[in-house]
Amino acid sequence: MTRVVPGSSRRRRVTVIVAAVGIVTLASLAGLLVGPVSLDASGVMHELFGWLPLVSGDGLDDRQATILWQLRAPRVALACVVGACLAVSGAAYQGAFRNPLADPYLLGAAAGAGLGATIALVAGTGGSLIAGTPLLPIASFVGALVGVGIAYAVGGAMGGRSTTTGLVLAGVAVASFLTAVQTFVQQQNSETLREVYTWILGRLATAGWGDVVLILPYAVLSVVVLLLHGRVLDAMGLGDDEAGSLGLRPSRVRLAVIVAASLATAAAVAVAGLIGFVGIVVPHAVRLVVGASNRWIVPLSALCGAAFLVLADLAARTVVAPGELPIGVVTATIGAPFFALLLRRAGRIT
Amino acid sequence: MRKVFASSFFAGVLAIALAACGSADPSVDDGGGARATSAGAFPVTLDTPEGPITIERRPTRIVSLSSTATEMLFEVGAGDQVAAVDDQSDYPEGAPTTDLSGYEPNVEAILSYGPDLVVAAGDAGGLVKGLRQLGVPVLVQPAAARLDDTYEQIRQLGDVTGHRTEADAVVDRMRAEVDEILASAPGGEGLTVYHELDDTYYSVTSDTFIGQVYSMLGVENIADEAKGAGSGYPQLSSEYIVDRDPSLIVLADGECCGQSPATVAARPGWKDLTAVADGSVIAIDDDIASRWGPRVVEFLRAVVGALEGSST
Repeated sequence: MTRVVPGSSRRRRVTVIVAAVGIVTLASLAGLLVGPVSLDASGVMHELFGWLPLVSGDGLDDRQATILWQLRAPRVALACVVGACLAVSGAAYQGAFRNPLADPYLLGAAAGAGLGATIALVAGTGGSLIAGTPLLPIASFVGALVGVGIAYAVGGAMGGRSTTTGLVLAGVAVASFLTAVQTFVQQQNSETLREVYTWILGRLATAGWGDVVLILPYAVLSVVVLLLHGRVLDAMGLGDDEAGSLGLRPSRVRLAVIVAASLATAAAVAVAGLIGFVGIVVPHAVRLVVGASNRWIVPLSALCGAAFLVLADLAARTVVAPGELPIGVVTATIGAPFFALLLRRAGRIT
Repeated sequence: MRKVFASSFFAGVLAIALAACGSADPSVDDGGGARATSAGAFPVTLDTPEGPITIERRPTRIVSLSSTATEMLFEVGAGDQVAAVDDQSDYPEGAPTTDLSGYEPNVEAILSYGPDLVVAAGDAGGLVKGLRQLGVPVLVQPAAARLDDTYEQIRQLGDVTGHRTEADAVVDRMRAEVDEILASAPGGEGLTVYHELDDTYYSVTSDTFIGQVYSMLGVENIADEAKGAGSGYPQLSSEYIVDRDPSLIVLADGECCGQSPATVAARPGWKDLTAVADGSVIAIDDDIASRWGPRVVEFLRAVVGALEGSST
């Protein structure tokens, strides 16, 4: 995975970034235009760009405008934020652990969030309110962070210092333990099975602007921190000792990256449940295109992750319309063959 | 690694969740006061999809792992022959609720009640085989697809408990009540309904037991367009529901998910819906709206009541 694509000059990478921004824009536009309810395309464009001079024409009627602005737009926005969060944390984990199999759920974030969500569903009446705040996203957010926190504490204690192997093994143990507890809680409360199941498969279905507002601060903060760490991650890629000789403190850098990536993962999981595959495939796809430099992989993963999840959600909303598919099913069924294709092509080039 | 755990876990949950979708409790309005007067003739032999079962004598220690069957048993007057019911059976009052689970049945735990007949809604975890090896007859009564299935299950429970006469009476009374409600119901033509199972917009099509109640009333079910999307219980898009603007919204997720007409009105984009503006959003007890037993009559009555409101 540390292969450098020949000729991947700085200029080429800038071009790729610009192209990725274009893809996100186009994907979002597609997400706004297409859905189970057919909205007049020129009407949608008018709603979107009517404020610009020289754009004329008719907007949408009230109900269609409601569908566009209250239901479809927040969903596209949420897909962007969640996709960016998952892909960027995947990239960061892979860099920090020097392990191509690392994904955002490596250190028990998924299991912790699953336990938190299950407890919330059992304790409250589903999406019930505590002091006006939805319980489910907060419980999953806290659960994810607690899961990673325990894994980090256990892994750190194991090796004396937080070696990557120790952390990964601790993550496996913590995830198994938390999953077992989650299953137990769920079995004891089998009436919540379907809700837990729906949550676990991931969904953007009930998204409103509230969800976007809820996670945006965490998402922005983490992504910025991770973007700033791209260059440091490249130095870490040489190995802890070499990075140390460059004046870096590997365990401290790793902690910062893990905290930021876990925050992003927790934010994504809180509003969208467990969406697999984005965090592992998007960074690898990006790596195949621009080479192994984390300075470029991290920002490009954010952009491509956003575009990928917007398109996956588009498929989830339309393939069996007016029904919906769980988005986790879509990310894997589109993502896996696409990734296999990319791997084959890359193999042929080198 | 986690994904492997997760996917097998999901598969299991899916199976259970689907069973849960269909599971329902029938209940009886008049409390099943009838005593067992018709002794019936034992042994009774039944042909079931799981093979023939023979019940040698009138059972007195019935274990019910299905909340619907529990309601039916009490309705036909076999309540005092029931030794234990599962953790989901919360009706009628006085049913001997235990921590037995119908989703994750434990044969040893069931045996500890010394059952001479076990009634279940499904054959989870090798239940039927496990109990039959030990000589305990098991009757599986899966989720009904139509009202006639409900009637058939009630009669079957009458047969195996020695209460056939009462069972027939229950069925006759239900039929009469259903006919009466349908006769006085306003025409549902031109009306549309959205039946909500949870707050992620899972719904029911007309192929399901609950869905056929709406068909009987001539109300168009907006979930029918999603028939391909999941065995009668599709998940709908919010924007589709808003676009269809149903004239009636029935919430069967008050208990599970804390939904009410007020929370529906507060959803993004829902407050201008016809049903919300007209007050045609009704909450129906989750259990009544999911069990296929005697209380389906109450469900029908509640829906008709709401239709009368929305058609005037």
